[in-house]
Amino acid sequence: MATLDLMDVRKSFGPTQVLHGVDLHVADGEMIVIVGASGCGKSTLLRIVAGLETATSGHVRIEGREVTGLEPADRDIAMVFQNYALYPHMTVAQNMGYGLKIRGLPRDEIARRVAATAELIGIGPLLDRRPRQLSGGQRQRVAMGRAIIREPKLFLFDEPLSNLDAKLRVQMRAEIRRLQKRLGVTSLFVTHDQVEAMTLGDRLVVMHQGHAAQVATPMEIFERPADTYVAGFIGSPSMNFLAGRLAEAGQAVALEAGPVIRFADGPRPGPDGMPLTIGVRPEHIRLDAAGLALALELAEPLGSETVLHGRLPNGEALVVKLTGPGPRDGTLPVALPAEALHVFAADGGRRLDPACD
Amino acid sequence: MSNAVSTTEAPAIERQTGAWVTHAILGIGVILFALPLWIVLMGSTHDAATIGRGEVPLLPGAHALENYRAAWTQGGTGVGVGWMLWNSMVIALSIAIGKIAISIISAYAVVFFRFPGRRLFFWAIFITLMLPVEVRIFPTFKVVSDLGLVNTYAGLIIPVIASATATLLFRQFFLTIPDEFVEAAKMDGAGPLRFFWDVVLPLSRTNMAALFVILFVYGWNQYLWPLLVATSADVETVVIGMVKMIGSESNTEWNIVMATCVLAMLPPVLVVMLMQRWFVKGLTDTEK
Amino acid sequence: MDRKVVFNQKLLPYLLLLPQMAITLVFFFWPAGQAVWFAFLRQDAFGIRTTFVGFENFTDLFADPLYLDTIRNTAVFSTGVTILALAVALLLAVLADRQIRGATGYRTLLIWPYAIAPAIAAVLWIFLFHPSIGLIGRALNDAGLPFDYKLNGNQAMLVVILASAWKQVSYNFIFFLAGLQSIPKAVLEAAAIDGARATRRFWTIIFPLLSPTTFFLLVVNLVYAFFDTFGVIDALTKGGPAKATETLIYRAYVDGRVNLDLGSSSAQSVVLMIVVILLTAIQFRYVERRVHY
Repeated sequence: MATLDLMDVRKSFGPTQVLHGVDLHVADGEMIVIVGASGCGKSTLLRIVAGLETATSGHVRIEGREVTGLEPADRDIAMVFQNYALYPHMTVAQNMGYGLKIRGLPRDEIARRVAATAELIGIGPLLDRRPRQLSGGQRQRVAMGRAIIREPKLFLFDEPLSNLDAKLRVQMRAEIRRLQKRLGVTSLFVTHDQVEAMTLGDRLVVMHQGHAAQVATPMEIFERPADTYVAGFIGSPSMNFLAGRLAEAGQAVALEAGPVIRFADGPRPGPDGMPLTIGVRPEHIRLDAAGLALALELAEPLGSETVLHGRLPNGEALVVKLTGPGPRDGTLPVALPAEALHVFAADGGRRLDPACD
Repeated sequence: MSNAVSTTEAPAIERQTGAWVTHAILGIGVILFALPLWIVLMGSTHDAATIGRGEVPLLPGAHALENYRAAWTQGGTGVGVGWMLWNSMVIALSIAIGKIAISIISAYAVVFFRFPGRRLFFWAIFITLMLPVEVRIFPTFKVVSDLGLVNTYAGLIIPVIASATATLLFRQFFLTIPDEFVEAAKMDGAGPLRFFWDVVLPLSRTNMAALFVILFVYGWNQYLWPLLVATSADVETVVIGMVKMIGSESNTEWNIVMATCVLAMLPPVLVVMLMQRWFVKGLTDTEK
Repeated sequence: MDRKVVFNQKLLPYLLLLPQMAITLVFFFWPAGQAVWFAFLRQDAFGIRTTFVGFENFTDLFADPLYLDTIRNTAVFSTGVTILALAVALLLAVLADRQIRGATGYRTLLIWPYAIAPAIAAVLWIFLFHPSIGLIGRALNDAGLPFDYKLNGNQAMLVVILASAWKQVSYNFIFFLAGLQSIPKAVLEAAAIDGARATRRFWTIIFPLLSPTTFFLLVVNLVYAFFDTFGVIDALTKGGPAKATETLIYRAYVDGRVNLDLGSSSAQSVVLMIVVILLTAIQFRYVERRVHY
């Protein structure tokens, strides 16, 4: 149980820089999920914390202790791998006890801890089996057990659920969360799955092209995404983006699609005519007889809701999510509620908040 | 496969005939292949006179015991086949085990470490593929004789104990071991030697078994090298010994030769047959 | 081709490579270098003085009609062994592959000649072809067809080819069978639906798909015929009669061991080295290319 601090961690592989200076403070017992598309540097970041990769510059501190130059074994951490990395020739008990054996713990102590851990994660009857005799979910548990048994300061999870089928993934997700809360171990969890990220994390780190695009709680990220990348990445279906320009002395946006909408939460700084990107989530769009005519192209009925894909008169694409059944074709009059708009600078995509003064 | 033909007009009877013909040809093949072996096996149970008269026996005779006893104790040239078999066994086992041990550690070094000269070492090993003992036979013999190893087990074993093929096979296999195993080992605090012993070696068991078959057969069947290096009866292998027995045509005791022949074939044939599954896997993996 | 994750120790890999490198240097590179060096030297009759003669050993070699005969013998022998061993193995493998249940059974029945030493194979074939005690040899003579591989060069060549090919068939069979069994059945079924009959399917589908295996075996069999058959020839004919079955490797041995002509023997070794290097290079270039598509 410990804190983790990353200070300006950078990493280059030859000429390509994959991490451009990441800072992060993880509180004791906190579960941080690092989420991003493949190639964003999330795994590299985790591996730097693990000591499997050396940072080009920057510092890693666990419980305030500098571990930047230490071997993985000396960092007092444990890791759950994507493919579990269970040794195929060892039994479940041997796999779990291997780390303790290397640390020279007495045999009966190892047996005691293996039994206790197996009890905790519910794999007691499987201890004498070999990994190939286990189902995917059971392997996943053994991989967890191997990490837990070490009683480390820090848990690292490298996409541990991505090899499971959808149903099992949901189940194991909840289980990991319960276990982590119960043990209270500081954890870093890497995933590319936004649902996993939202449900598991106390806070999320959304990585994009080697930067931490945003570090915040799941709700904060959903409600106030820091830029268009985060806004588009979190939420399903993805947020719609429409082009517009700042108007009425920063009080409103003039959309390319036609309407001028006054901001509900105050004026944005900047000259009129400045290009903006306006984001609006599909579920926030309302039907309104006086609204824009959306020419429908595709309807995806999902049962409790319907996702409609269409085009606005100016050719921009728009996705709408309606509760209950919706029309299959034709046109649909839609309105964009002012309070649901996210305002970003078209240049660079940063979020523009109302001027405070 | 033959069911696929049935989609057009080949009637079932025709296909059955096809299968019958196939089995017949395969049967003839098997018999033709076994014929030389059968003749030797049967010949080894008759007395010298029967074979000398040229009445090639295709059925067992009554002299099996005495022929094998004579071969085992006296052989043809005074050295008992029992002793030659012992020599062959020592040499074949040492070569097989030694080659596996030396190759597996060098493959481990080349695959699991990054160090200056790694590529050079790899190519040095690779190039030895192109230098079979036959093309450097006399200079190699000179080295062995300068080292005083002529007519010793060491002289028969050490010069042929480095194996590029085995090293390349292990390398190929090591490249398929998931990176996560190494990482998990690092997390657990296992160093390279511990990882080798606890993980890599157990995982390589099948490969080692396959190589053992291939290399045991190779070691047992060597001819040119022992012909030069083992000139004394003390270290004579059974393959060389048996060829020496037929050297003097006129007074060859063919029945003893046949018994020796059977004894000389038995160990490698048994190894191949009993370990067939690994052997086939190892063979097709090594070479492709 | 390289692992991403490795250990960091600096000294250990060198220690692990030490045994292999020591043996390779002392017993492979040094003697191979010597062989090349000796190929440019000539010793006088008493072995006392050695002089550098440049390429003279090589020019002498290729000017020697007997050496040219040896090359011809080797060509005939290697071609014979390779074609025979490949054709028989392919036929048997194709047939065995048809028997879905019997395939591995036949493999067991055909695999064992692999375990037999070339020299022992030769002895087995003596009992078939020996003019007075051999089953076939004697039958031929009784039928009025004079057969004695110890007197007739062509017959001797035939016997060494048969004995050498016999031993190699099982190796080829294993590979052909593995190759055949790895051909996806769907491809053959598609061809059958397209209306191709068995023979046609073999030549248009199976044989092309098997070509990597065939090519690989071609090289392996050539190497086998060049080098590993020394035991067959030494035990059966000792290169005779009248050098009719003397191959390149056998002559290099005789010149070095019996005639003590180290210069010429080394030059012949160098020629053989070039042959192996060419064969290995062809094989690996082909393998590389295969990997890429």
